[in-house]
Parts: sequence; structure tokens; C-alpha cells
Amino acid sequence: MPDQSRAPILEALNNLKVNRVVPFDVPGHKRGRGNQALLDFLGEKCLSVDVNSMKPLDNLCHPVSVIKEAEDIAAEAFGAAHAFFMVGGTTSAVQSMILSVCKEGDEIILPRNVHRSAINVLVLSGAIPVYVNPDTDSNLGISLGMKLEDVKRTIDAHPNAKAILINNPTYYGVCSNLKEITEYAHKRGMYVLADEAHGTHFYFNDKLPMAAMHAGCDMASVSMHKSGGSLTQSSFLLLGPNVNQDYVRQIINLTQTTSGSYLLMSSLDISRRNLAMHGQQIFDKVITLADYARTEINEIGDYYAYSSEIINGDSVYNFDVTKLSINTLKTGLAGIEVYDYLRDEYDIQIEFGDLGNVLAYISVGDRDRDIERLVGALKEIRRRYHKDQTGMLTQEYISPKVAVSPKEAFYGNKISVPMEASIGGICGEFVMCYPPGIPILAPGEEITGDIVDYIKYAKEKGCMILGPEDLDCNYLNILSN
Amino acid sequence: MELWFTENHAPGARFSIKVEKQVYSQKSEYQQIDIFDSKEFGRFMTLDGYMMLTQRDEFIYHEMITHTAMAVNPKIQKVLVIGGGDGGAVRELTKYQSIQTIHLVEIDEMVIEASKKYMPFTSDKLNDPRVLIMICDGLRYVRSCKEAYDLIIVDSTDPFGPGEGLFTKEFYGNCEDILSPEGILINQHESPFYGEDALAMQRAHKRIYETFPISKCYQAHIPTYPSGHWLFGFASKKYDPINDFKEEEWTKFGLETKYYNRELHKGAFCLPNYVKELLNEVE
Repeated sequence: MPDQSRAPILEALNNLKVNRVVPFDVPGHKRGRGNQALLDFLGEKCLSVDVNSMKPLDNLCHPVSVIKEAEDIAAEAFGAAHAFFMVGGTTSAVQSMILSVCKEGDEIILPRNVHRSAINVLVLSGAIPVYVNPDTDSNLGISLGMKLEDVKRTIDAHPNAKAILINNPTYYGVCSNLKEITEYAHKRGMYVLADEAHGTHFYFNDKLPMAAMHAGCDMASVSMHKSGGSLTQSSFLLLGPNVNQDYVRQIINLTQTTSGSYLLMSSLDISRRNLAMHGQQIFDKVITLADYARTEINEIGDYYAYSSEIINGDSVYNFDVTKLSINTLKTGLAGIEVYDYLRDEYDIQIEFGDLGNVLAYISVGDRDRDIERLVGALKEIRRRYHKDQTGMLTQEYISPKVAVSPKEAFYGNKISVPMEASIGGICGEFVMCYPPGIPILAPGEEITGDIVDYIKYAKEKGCMILGPEDLDCNYLNILSN
Repeated sequence: MELWFTENHAPGARFSIKVEKQVYSQKSEYQQIDIFDSKEFGRFMTLDGYMMLTQRDEFIYHEMITHTAMAVNPKIQKVLVIGGGDGGAVRELTKYQSIQTIHLVEIDEMVIEASKKYMPFTSDKLNDPRVLIMICDGLRYVRSCKEAYDLIIVDSTDPFGPGEGLFTKEFYGNCEDILSPEGILINQHESPFYGEDALAMQRAHKRIYETFPISKCYQAHIPTYPSGHWLFGFASKKYDPINDFKEEEWTKFGLETKYYNRELHKGAFCLPNYVKELLNEVE
């Protein structure tokens, strides 16, 4: 039984420091001595462990000692058969999952409100997306989880699909019926992949929705750096018992760096130890903070900080109560406008604002008095800036029409046309609002008038539009033939 | 053996007081509270190692944070003091028979308890029947408060600890919301002299200036605060601190003061050029 109080990578790095090994290897800053400005900025403690793979520190591409040990302990903490330390973000974990189960021309079932990383990888693999329309809440203007019946129908209609990908939860905290979807897909011989970029904490507190490994999913991508507290860009890829870990490692090594950062890996190791030992208390505190904030925000009026009352037994099978999602539409302000006011006027940075909602990320690092600031500022924003509600767009989700595969479209012959003229064409690139980074258009999809209206409205409200070759997004690339 | 209390006023400047004995030392939920006795300054209290008040010079701070507003609107009846758990501001306010209610909102109950026990020279009016003490986060109080005050006094610590929320735009905005149309906001406004304090001073002024139609600063000389040169903020929806100064009416109160007087009221709003420039930069 692995000992969760251990942190093998941390221990190995501490040993390395004690042994005062003379470095004639990379990195060339040599514990910071060769780069004084960097040393001044990041500190000696940090740079002294920014080291390369070596015998006592193992090798991320082929772990045999301390990294292997740390991965085994992590796997046990998450209830997984195996855990990979990932240093290319959850993006690389999601992409490795899909590349592990889908080859060129294979179908994969996924909800449209997946992260861009999932669709990006379809361009690389040549897999064909089969979208399940997520349910939507038209009052809140958010896409929800997938309805079980919709999933079953899609699986039945595409029996050769290799896998299904599920958000657990969505950015807004909404969970689908993970367990039943998993069972149904498994009966049809499909792999079940979970994007748990926003669900790390599910593994460590009993008041939260079910985690993918506990539901029997085959793989899960877990953003330890979000609610888990590790450094940005560090993640876990978890495997269930029916996946060949050695093959998955080969897939990961196709694209992953051979110079895995020990800063990132040690942060994963330390954070896993912390959550395994104290996760219950940590997330109890987070839930208390989020509940308090919701009560106070709902007192202000017009804002709606929603929680488990939106659970409907299907497309909102469960709700992650640590997420402080707030609908702003009744104030007459788009979420992105509230987001901008909070930062520009009140020095408060929140996670994202979309057309109708904002999300404040609550974590173990938050203090009561920071919550007071957020609530106080929201009250002031409503008092000072509220507007008439007419003309607010609420619909966030536009059903895509897939005409050709993302790979074919992305590499196909394209012409650049003004956005207006693109209607009816087939898009050759991605268009997404960021955050949350969910595609409005993916390569291979037909461009409609609704989509163009939506892009224009989102731009006008101050959303960042990412993806197109034209950075200002006045032109779109469409397929020329 | 010599025991000295030392506070860093700037990265390269320190201020020390020779301590006779430590009277009190406790860590509350929010901060470290210490009370010392000294020959030079008498009894003094520090929070997280920062000087809050000394027996010798607290009168300057507490007179300036209260009487200035009272002399601009002598009809003030309802007052909210945020912070100020030592009771010094309340003590000055209770001198006005015309004031009907004084609400004291302090986040840290231990500051009040320690003050009541060890610093009667500031806290002895906290039992006045007009005083209602509430233990609450100041930002939370002004946000959820349904009262209308004639005067709000923000007697806070520095903006680098529990007092941080009391230097924010949302706080000043919520204050504006609960002030009567005649209302005045007075705040402890940091020092213009040392770098970090001056930045905090500018940030506070910028936010108050954006929130209130009238927003001025005035100064006092407080030997135990960093640089000794300290500012207060005067903000109002209606009253200008000089044009609306009711000196005759204030004189009729017949109060005894050690620092504040009619001439000084006018003079305190005359600021050095470098301070004016710092303020102008953010207006």
C-alpha cells in the first residue's frame, strides 16, 4: 500500500541539494548562477531544483525509479490503475487520451462544449467528431451536460465509434450522468474518456460529484494545477484497469517534451500529497466559502449565483458546489462586462466572463476578506452600472453542422473572405471565445448567419476571439472547393 | 538589558522606542496584538508589529479624525466608526452631546478587549450608552447595512493586512451608498512620504475621488507614524471642508482640544507641493 505522506520526487530533489552535485549538464543557467536577473526574480530555491533528468531523479519519458514511485502513489490517491505526470498541461493529457484510442477516420463521440484541445487533436489524428448536443439552460445562457437519452441514441447510431469524451464537470460546474453513460458505452465496446480539467477536487471530498475513475471511466485528464494547487501546466493523466499503460506512454512520448520540468513534477508530487492527506478539510472549507458567497451575492438582487438547485437528474446530473458561477443577465450587463469592471475598476481578477455569466474560482487559497471584496464589488457594479435588459443575447450554444473532417478542412485549400461573405461556406479554421475556450466553429463546419451574429456580438461585448488566421477576426478562411 | 520596539518605516529607515516592559501579547484570528510600556511615549499598542497608537501622541490622530468633520457639519447625529477598536475616535465623538448614535464596527474583538483592559485612556468611553459595538468585517457591514449615517470614520490599519478591504473602491462606494445626502467620510489616509505608504495614499485618494463629488486631504503631525507626516481624507456629497467650515458653531460646543483648533482646521488643508502633486496625479 503506497504511503500518501511520501513525495518521492520532492525527496529526490532535496537529496540532490544536500549532495551538492557539480552540474556539467543542462540547464545552462547552472542553478541560476549564470543568469543573475532570473535568479533575482525567481529565487535560489526555485532555480536550484530546475534541473534535468539524471539517474537519481529518474526520467519522465521512461520512469523506473522516483517518478515511477510518485506515479504509483498518485494512482492510488486517485483510485486509478495508473497515473502519468504530465508537464504539457491538461491539453496534452486530453490529446494523449484521444490519440490513444482514435486513429485516422475513427469516430469519437463528444459534447460540443468540449475544450478546444479535444477538437485540435482531431486535426492531428484525422478522427471524425460526432457531436452530442449538450442540453442548454436558456435562462442562464449556458450549455449543460449531455442527456442520457441523447448519448444512448448517438452511441446506437454510431456503433463503430471508438470512444466517448465527457466533461466532468463543465467549466460552469455541471456534471452529466457519468456512471450510466460509462456503463452504456462499455456495453457497446467504447472507451470512456473524461476531461476533468475542472474536477481534480472530486477525488478528495465526499460532498462533491463522482470522479471519473470512481465511475469506471477508462481515462481521465485532471488539471491538478487548477483546484489541486500545483504549478500552472502540470496535470495528471489517469488510466483505468482496461487500458494498456505502455501504449499510452508511447503516445504521450510522441509529443511530450524530453526535458520534463522538475518544478512542475515536484509541484504535482507535493500537491497530491497535500490533497490525499487533507483534501476533505480543504474542500470543506472551499465549499463553505462558495456557499457563503452565493448566499450574499443572491441577496444583492439581479445576480443569480446558482448551485445544486439546478440539478435536474439528467443533463445536470450533479453540480460542483465549489464553482461560484454567477448569472449577470438581469443586471443588464453581459458576464464579460462584469468581468471587465471587476478587474479594471475594482482590481479583482476572476476566472472568466461569457455573455451571460461570470465564474469566480474559489480555492483553498481564498480568505473570508477576499470573498467580502468580491461581493462588495458586485454590489457596487450593479448599483453603478446596471442597464436595461433588452437586447441581451443569451444563447451560448449553436449546434454545429459538420461537413468534412477537421483534418481535411484544416489542411484543405482555403480562401479568406470577409465574415459576412463566409455565411454558407465551410470553415477552415477554429473560432472560439476565450475564455472559456469552447469552439464556436471548428474546421469542417458550415458557417451560418446565427454564428456570424454571435461572433459579432461577442466581439462587441469585449470577448477575445481566438483561432482565426486574421487576428482581428474580420475575415474567415473557408474551403475553396 | 535594553529592550527596544523597532518598526521599519521604509526598507532603509527604522523607528525605535525603548520599552520598559511588555504588558500584553496575543495572537488573534486576524493579527498579532502587543501592548508595551515606555518612558518616552507611555503605553503603546502595535498590530502585527506596526504602531497603532501611543499614550503620548494619540490625541493628535483622534482629534483630527473626528473634529474636522464635526466643525463642517455640527448637526451630525449618527456616526459609524469602522476599525478604531482602541476607542480613541469614539472618545472624541462622545464629547458632542448632539451626537445620538455611534456605531463601532471592528473586525477583531480582541483589540477591543485588550484596549478596554489595558488602555483606558482611549477606551473609557466605549461604554457610553450611545455606543453600539459590532464585531464584523467593515466591508461586509457597509455592504449589508440599511442605515443612513451622517458621518463615517474609517479608522483602519494599513492596507497590507486585515485593513486591506477598507482601502478599496467597493468599500468607498458602499460607504457613499449608506451616507445621508449631507454625509461625510473621513479616513485614515496613510503618509505621503515613504514610497510604499505614498502609493497606498495615492490609490486611496484615486478611489475616493472617483466616488465622491468632494474629496480633499488634510494633514497632521504624528511623531510615531512613519515620517511623522500623516494625511486624512475628507469626502462628502455636499460639504466643502473650507467653504462650509462652521467655525463659530463649532466653537459653541466649547470643547477642550489639545491639537485641533479653528486656525489649524484651515491650515491642515494647505498641503505641501509634493503632496499636491501626488494627489493631482491620480485625480
